Amino acid sequence: MKTYEEINEKIVSKKAVVLTAAEIIEYVEEKGIEKAAKEVDVVTTATFGPMCSSGCFMNFGHSQPKIRITEAWIDDVLAYSGIAAVDLYMGATQLRHNDPANLDYPGEFKFGGGHVIEKLIRGEELQLFALSYGTDEYPLKEIRTRFTIDDLNQATMVNPRNCYQNYNVAINTSNKTIYTYLGKLKPNMGNLTYSSAGQLSPLLNDPLYQTIGVGTSVWLAGAKGHVYSEGTQHASAVERTANDVPAEGAGTLALTGDMKKMDADYVRGVSFKGYGVSLALGVGIPIPILNEEILLKTTIRDRDIRAQVIDYSMDYPMKTGKVLSTVNYEELKSGTANILGKEVETASLSSYEKAITIAEILKSEIKDGSFTLNKPYMALPPNQGMKSMKVGE
Amino acid sequence: METKKLLLTFNKKVVEKPIVYHLVKDFDLIINLYRASITEEEEGFMVLDITGSAAKIEEGIKFIVAEGVKIDDAQKAFRWDESICTSCGNCLTHCPVDALHIKDRNTMKVEFDRDLCIDCMGCIPNCPFGACGSIFQDK
Repeated sequence: MKTYEEINEKIVSKKAVVLTAAEIIEYVEEKGIEKAAKEVDVVTTATFGPMCSSGCFMNFGHSQPKIRITEAWIDDVLAYSGIAAVDLYMGATQLRHNDPANLDYPGEFKFGGGHVIEKLIRGEELQLFALSYGTDEYPLKEIRTRFTIDDLNQATMVNPRNCYQNYNVAINTSNKTIYTYLGKLKPNMGNLTYSSAGQLSPLLNDPLYQTIGVGTSVWLAGAKGHVYSEGTQHASAVERTANDVPAEGAGTLALTGDMKKMDADYVRGVSFKGYGVSLALGVGIPIPILNEEILLKTTIRDRDIRAQVIDYSMDYPMKTGKVLSTVNYEELKSGTANILGKEVETASLSSYEKAITIAEILKSEIKDGSFTLNKPYMALPPNQGMKSMKVGE
Repeated sequence: METKKLLLTFNKKVVEKPIVYHLVKDFDLIINLYRASITEEEEGFMVLDITGSAAKIEEGIKFIVAEGVKIDDAQKAFRWDESICTSCGNCLTHCPVDALHIKDRNTMKVEFDRDLCIDCMGCIPNCPFGACGSIFQDK
């Protein structure tokens, strides 16, 4: 049995044994759980995919004369200004002003909040346009200026919901094409899409939140960030299969990190035809191997993780709760999956290839002593449900 | 018999000439036309397979060039920017010929085989990252 302190000492002295969640599977198979638990200090997990509940706070510093911004647009994308004078929040799914959206169905949604965030991190110049009603101490009523991330005092990514533990597989049983945040779905179950790193995914390797909690340090697009809260819609009280893997979405994480230290390769604006814009994000989370049980959880394989197949033409929008079928990630990653007797072509919205890269980067940062672990100071709620919206009287 | 895939671009002067008719009639070539268009600027393009004897194909191509039609060296209008691609794989079910494909299911890296591409452009609106484009379309 190891402690966080012991593991961190080994990391700092560059002696930590670190494997990715993909490598650990064979390692444990070869060495056995007992020996492996003694040897391995950290297993790195990762994911890269669209995470709509993402965004960032920015502080612009004060203009002369001062302005208390009440409406603001960055590259014509609306930013939230209902906070202090020159603080703004840019959300990933915000459309650009005058985007025709789905008036011309299916809309293209070429640029939005996610793209603004990517441009910021790339160090590109953006335009701020801000308005105010003017006050005695903040007299300026309008400002138009150009800036880069270097001109900001703070640019802090604050994401209310990232890293869904598991995720729906989307399919379309209707006879017409539909456009969703999981891509274009062909009629009559012509294709299906999924979005999870499967056996590499953070919360699937720590299904009962034994090490990932509030305060856990994470690799957030290249910066060292942390979990600041349970994510929105965190719903841990769900049906679980072998190895405590949840059958549905389940746990989520709220993450934050310094955007000035991020790498734009892992923060990418995305456009979903007919749906809107979002942000694809890369996250890596280290799992300290404190004991055999924790190690065993990280040996989860794609074939042991099942996801629910949901009909996005009917059951998802109408919230019927119906699950069409279930499928494991080995099938999903193979290119075709058998759904109700039909061989259906599969495609992903998250990138397993990028997830591997992130797990490897985090591994090397831990091995070279530059990334130490934080012991969470609060566990994620272990037995929490999720309410539906209260509608009506 | 062999088959050659061609991407032809026409300028304003040759856009009205019946090139395909001559390829069939004068050179005994079998034509399989995938895509053709005339743009606003009255320039045109055509993506086609020509099948016939090696000699006839060569003669046909000479004829096309003599008529002032340009043959694109890359033979494809489709452009895939590997540096933008994240290998999410959303394109895969929208590529009817597996030109965009995953060879290694362990790494799940998306690769592109230019020779297989038929310029159907099905992937372009289905790439969330904008890695897929065409010389005939604005990004």
